[in-house]
Amino acid sequence: MSAFRVEVRVMPRAALLDPQGQAVEHALHALGFDEVARVRMGKHLVLEVKAASRDEALVRARAMCDRLLANPVTEDYDLAVDGGVTR
Amino acid sequence: MKRVAVIVFPGSNCDTETLAAAQAAGSDAYYVWHGDTDLRQADVVILPGGFSYGDYLRSGAIARFSRVMGAVIEHARAGGAVLGICNGFQILCEAGLLPGGLMRNARLRFLSRPVWVRVEQPDTPFTCLYEKGEVLELPVAHGDGRYVVDPRTAAELEATDCVVWRYVRDNPNGSVNEIAGVTNAGRNVVGIMPHPERRDAPALGGQDGARVFHSMEARHATQHAADVRAVDDRHLRV
Repeated sequence: MSAFRVEVRVMPRAALLDPQGQAVEHALHALGFDEVARVRMGKHLVLEVKAASRDEALVRARAMCDRLLANPVTEDYDLAVDGGVTR
Repeated sequence: MKRVAVIVFPGSNCDTETLAAAQAAGSDAYYVWHGDTDLRQADVVILPGGFSYGDYLRSGAIARFSRVMGAVIEHARAGGAVLGICNGFQILCEAGLLPGGLMRNARLRFLSRPVWVRVEQPDTPFTCLYEKGEVLELPVAHGDGRYVVDPRTAAELEATDCVVWRYVRDNPNGSVNEIAGVTNAGRNVVGIMPHPERRDAPALGGQDGARVFHSMEARHATQHAADVRAVDDRHLRV
């Protein structure tokens, strides 16, 4: 068994209004960063998952997202897994 | 006299008013702790407002997996009446007992003020004493009250008369189609974002919300469990 560091990015679905992203964008414009557009804001979760392989860690993490970490009605997610560290 | 279970989650803060409103309407209302699995022969289950589990992750996302929710889902599947108010509505959406979800208010601010909603559907266990088209003044107190559904589901909700309350005068939180409350296709599970329990006596500034609770007592029609199951199979994410 190794422990894999899994990073989960959860974002509001592209079709939905993201008022937090908009507020951040307005603040950036107010600071003179006129080049910025379409700011969206989500969540970043970092998990340590014990698994026999990188693939297994990915499968388990995906199950966690489907079950709890993301709401498919309002959010999309993607995953990244770092190489395993043997404990 | 209906037996009404008011579920208490860690972070519920409208449980006392909800219990009082149900009792004032003549119900035999009692609390059920989120760690319990026995609803004690409840006819009606109410998930009250509050901030269960601090709204961590998403409003209602963690409460949805508390032990009592297994019993609530079973009760709903058997056709039992369930009402979710504010955070309770969020929990019912997270549990898949109601379609859609609730996101951060469009204008970001936490809203604590009266709003106006029109009763669109008197044909539910919680609205049968209202007239269709009646406008009620009820308070809201939420940060995540923007009801969202995909356009197809929104059209389906409209076509099947599942929008129970709609904001009028203004849309405080940016909800799709001004939706303030919905029901499932079985019409036994209902969610509402404003707080009827905070307007059930003249001393509270009005009693537009009282009939939500009186409706539970007035209701005698039986639900059709088969319809409910069909809905749950589609909406329930397990």
